[in-house]
Amino acid sequence: MIVRISTEAQYEVPADQVDRLNALDNACVEAVEAGDEAKFHETYDAMLELVRKGAQLEDDDLHGSELILPPPDLSFAEAGETFTGDGLIPD
Amino acid sequence: MPGIGGRFSTVMKAKISKLLDKAEDPGETLDYSYQKQLESLQQVKKGIADVVTAKKRLQMQSEKLEQSVVKLDTQARQALAAGQEDLARTALERKTLAQTELQTLDTQVQQLETQQEQLTENEKKLRAKIENFRTKKEVIKAQYSAAEAQVRISEAATGVGEQMADIGLAMQRAQDKTEQMRARADAVQELEAAGTFDDLTALGPGEDDIDKQLRELSTGSQVDDELAKMKAELGSGAPTEPAQIEKESGA
Repeated sequence: MIVRISTEAQYEVPADQVDRLNALDNACVEAVEAGDEAKFHETYDAMLELVRKGAQLEDDDLHGSELILPPPDLSFAEAGETFTGDGLIPD
Repeated sequence: MPGIGGRFSTVMKAKISKLLDKAEDPGETLDYSYQKQLESLQQVKKGIADVVTAKKRLQMQSEKLEQSVVKLDTQARQALAAGQEDLARTALERKTLAQTELQTLDTQVQQLETQQEQLTENEKKLRAKIENFRTKKEVIKAQYSAAEAQVRISEAATGVGEQMADIGLAMQRAQDKTEQMRARADAVQELEAAGTFDDLTALGPGEDDIDKQLRELSTGSQVDDELAKMKAELGSGAPTEPAQIEKESGA
């Protein structure tokens, strides 16, 4: 699955990592709902790390992303608008 | 695989499709898209130049503040050596404030540096994608029927569109940050204009408003500590009677 980390790059995340990504996505939503800022940043960082383990797409690659993650420097307030309901990846 | 939702992705994708839904004739769409891409590349270059300008301004302020810190420290020592403890204290209070501002500025300069690098990197990606799109555009024009071309165009344009939307977002964030920094930089400039970091010897007699504000701003204990340290350093040779007013906490 091609995932873009906004303001950073696009990565090819192996299919067998998508469930793990989804779990982290849901954990982000939980942390936001619980108002737990530290937990959110920890979880979102883990999500970013997982994506970054994938191969980065070539600069001139014209593929669109299946998933677009918010910028890495997302604030907790911004996260409140993004990580709601099912998160970025619907269950 | 589940479909991709989430407000963020939706907003981004909406922006992309808006970019693509401009013309009906495939050939026209291609040329129009390419034109738009080149325009947005110019915008990106301008955006990066703005970030660089903002950064330079902050760097200049930072250098001036560094000079003030050195100058105020020297003045504090001189004042103390001459037995003018009040003046030394005022100089140290101002130095503390200048140092605090300096730290903030340095952090901001670093943040801008990061954003500049990020934008430059993204610009490189956009340029590469646009170049690839240009090649594809000619192939599509030459080889495909209208219906098929439409599909190929949206495939090719999606990558560029997404990159453009992403740079747009990065620029927006950089602009928000430079706005905040501009406000901060203006505040420092006001302090400068009010003579806060100026030569103390140029100051008139007695306390002015700045000194009162400073007293509230700067943490007394830090100034006390530094004053004590300075006294100890000077203590050996200087003819000052070591006043033993060791305050526990100044503030």
